[in-house]
Amino acid sequence: MPDVLVRARGLTKRFGGFTAVDGIDFDLIAGEAFGFLGPNGAGKSSTMRMLGCVSPPTQGELTILGGDPVRDGAAIRARLGVVPQEDTLDAELTVRENLLVYGRYFGLGRGLIAERTDQLLDFVQLTERANDMVDPLSGGMKRRLTIARSLINDPEILILDEPTTGLDPQARHVVWDRLFRLKQRGITLILTTHYMDEAEQLCDRLVVMDHGTIAAEGTPRELITRFSTPEVLELRFAPDEQEAAAEKIQDLSPERAEVTADRILVYEADGDAFLERVHMAGLKPITELVRRSSLEDVFLRLTGRTLID
Amino acid sequence: MSSEPGPEETEAVAVEPTVRSTSDAVDFRSFPGARGLRLIERHARFYRRLWLVVASGAAEPLFYLLSVGIGIGGLIGTVPGPAGHPVPYREFVAPGLLAVSALNGALNDSTFNVYGRLKFEKLYDSVLATPLGAQDVALAEIGWAVVRGILYAVPFLIVMAAMGLIVSPWALLALPVAALVAFATAAAGVALTTYMKSWQDFEYVVLVSVPLFLFSGTFFPLSVYPHVIGLIVEWTPLYQGVVILRDLVLGAPTWALLWRAAYLAAIGALGLAVSGRRIARLLLV
Amino acid sequence: MVLATERARPALAQVPGAWELSVRAFRCWLVMYRRTWRASVWSSVLGPLFYLGAMGYGLGSLVDKNGTAALGGVPYVVFVAPAVLAVLAMNTAITNSMFPVFGAMRWNSIYVAARATMLRPADINRGHLLFITMRIAMNSACFVIVMAALGLIRSWWAVLLLPASVLLGLAFAAPVAAWTVTLKTTTPMNYIVRFGSIPLSLFSGTFFPISQLPAWIRPLAYATPLWHGAALCRSLALGTVTAGSAAIHVGYLAAMAAIGLWAGARSYRRRLYV
Repeated sequence: MPDVLVRARGLTKRFGGFTAVDGIDFDLIAGEAFGFLGPNGAGKSSTMRMLGCVSPPTQGELTILGGDPVRDGAAIRARLGVVPQEDTLDAELTVRENLLVYGRYFGLGRGLIAERTDQLLDFVQLTERANDMVDPLSGGMKRRLTIARSLINDPEILILDEPTTGLDPQARHVVWDRLFRLKQRGITLILTTHYMDEAEQLCDRLVVMDHGTIAAEGTPRELITRFSTPEVLELRFAPDEQEAAAEKIQDLSPERAEVTADRILVYEADGDAFLERVHMAGLKPITELVRRSSLEDVFLRLTGRTLID
Repeated sequence: MSSEPGPEETEAVAVEPTVRSTSDAVDFRSFPGARGLRLIERHARFYRRLWLVVASGAAEPLFYLLSVGIGIGGLIGTVPGPAGHPVPYREFVAPGLLAVSALNGALNDSTFNVYGRLKFEKLYDSVLATPLGAQDVALAEIGWAVVRGILYAVPFLIVMAAMGLIVSPWALLALPVAALVAFATAAAGVALTTYMKSWQDFEYVVLVSVPLFLFSGTFFPLSVYPHVIGLIVEWTPLYQGVVILRDLVLGAPTWALLWRAAYLAAIGALGLAVSGRRIARLLLV
Repeated sequence: MVLATERARPALAQVPGAWELSVRAFRCWLVMYRRTWRASVWSSVLGPLFYLGAMGYGLGSLVDKNGTAALGGVPYVVFVAPAVLAVLAMNTAITNSMFPVFGAMRWNSIYVAARATMLRPADINRGHLLFITMRIAMNSACFVIVMAALGLIRSWWAVLLLPASVLLGLAFAAPVAAWTVTLKTTTPMNYIVRFGSIPLSLFSGTFFPISQLPAWIRPLAYATPLWHGAALCRSLALGTVTAGSAAIHVGYLAAMAAIGLWAGARSYRRRLYV
């Protein structure tokens, strides 16, 4: 029987007249990495705040670690770790002091904090900067420090809101690597992202969120299989030729085709084979690319929009 | 307690172009300091939105006039005046507070705001990319602080007149003298601000302005002090300004006042020169 | 899919009480103060001393020459010193409960970081107030020592000066912090200083007795916490305190502090739990 840590049924959050989260259901199972994938404004951050027990749900049922977030908020938060979207580090303290202050909030003893600080800084590879002020650190380092800080109380669930947004590619990979190791250690992760590569790499299961609702749920592979074809053929034509080309392609009966502003996407099991047929039909695209399907295609299929607006 | 100068609203407005188009009838560019007028114009545009802040800055000397001048004045009675006969305490205090209001008006804009612009808003960097030079910037900043000092002094002068505290027609010179006090303060303020390294250094501004305010003959005559201290106080610019204003308002002008005014002007000129040089050094590296 | 009952988890631990959590929030401010105390020590100690010198002794010499009957027969500096203490407590309270609270909410996210832990908004509020109270106590203690050293204290009741000024400070700090946390810009705070604390400090029976004010404005002065605080401190320093007057002053200040705490818990919660 799976060990369910979080249970949401009909979870809703409204701000005045605006509904940010519109009756979503999900379960979080212990030991997994669970993702919320969606564009900005989908309601991901609002959901994370409700999970973090700092935002009371407007409606619906939410149970975290067996407790009610409104009534047992403090007790639940004691077992959570939170990596917020904006770093809330204290720029006027050193790296070490930031961990100390945070650990003291949880009532940990100084000795224990010192011990864990050393371990955590080693884990996020910030040991050499332990006594530096936070302000001059790079964005990637600050994010790693925030992750270290969120682990000071040895949490059961780690909530990460867009953990690699705003980081350069190098820093992103370091963060992914750390999160992957955390997963291996058995910590349960919940994360939100609008990067499909992040969702595919890190998440065991994910939900696709758009305008406050869940459009689909499953493992990355399941979603791609269900909502897309194995391969995608991307074709670019000159702007005035695009419409005519799209009609001709439709005549070739592809499994599915999408026309976006600058490309034609053809979804087929075998992209190369279809590409040959395109050439034989006399079409000459400016660029042509055969690639594997990704969650971006899933999202396009489900919502008609791309993840990055 | 005197309101300590604090960081005012930082400016979120981009710099408006400061060079007039060539289609203007009169070409101002040849007029020295006119370019600085552009910068003053820019500040004025911003502060129109904060007119309330400026107007409220004039309220503080009024509070002191009412509480110290009249409230405590009731306990004091009269003090020896500059014309030789005793005057009610409130008549003694009012001109001092007038000088202080001009000083306060000039202080914020020549210290905190200049520092903020130097270090954070990079306002000067963008301005210096135009035909404005460092000396123009210094002149403009000091000029704006003087305007602000006058803006604080005028309402207070009106209040003084309304309360019957102006005794002599010599008081007509009070406004130019207040401007002179503002000028000396502003020039010294900007010059000293260019030497500051961090926000902590502004503790010194407070540390200097508060005793200046309290001990420069505003509230009690020098005769209260032991002789040596009195000599030291005489050298402070605020004291000189207070004395000039008091003598004018209470109708006891002497030729010696010209020397005092010259002292203020000299401090202003020195500050102006130093500011220009320092700003050039700091920004045109 | 409706799941069967979740496997029994270890029960959520009991959360420590409000005092313990507030102290944890307070300790965060201590860690930061370790870095910044040097910057503020001068102005908090020297400022009031300057005022005591200028008003107490400078003006005092003029007042004493004219006669001190209106002051109850004591030299002006003895009359004024306890009021300077009260104003110092008020200013420390207001300064520390305005910009630092605003900054902790909007600039450096100290409150938001703490919110993710087991601390509740009320704990965060109280923790900060504990720190502010500490600052008030430190500044007041310095000034009381100066008062004693200058011989301005006339009674043994003066041992209560420190708790009195702390209570006065808290009566200001708690409501101001509750209000500041809701602000979106810094402008209202400047107005509070210009039109609130400065006139308050000048007209609340501090530098001249209330009897000097026109009769119609006196009730307004009696209603201000600073008048109560200054009057309380003066009566303690001079030894003119009575049970009745002390009860009124203390009760008024305690009520303001309590209202501030209640309001703070609510406004902090509204701002942090959106």
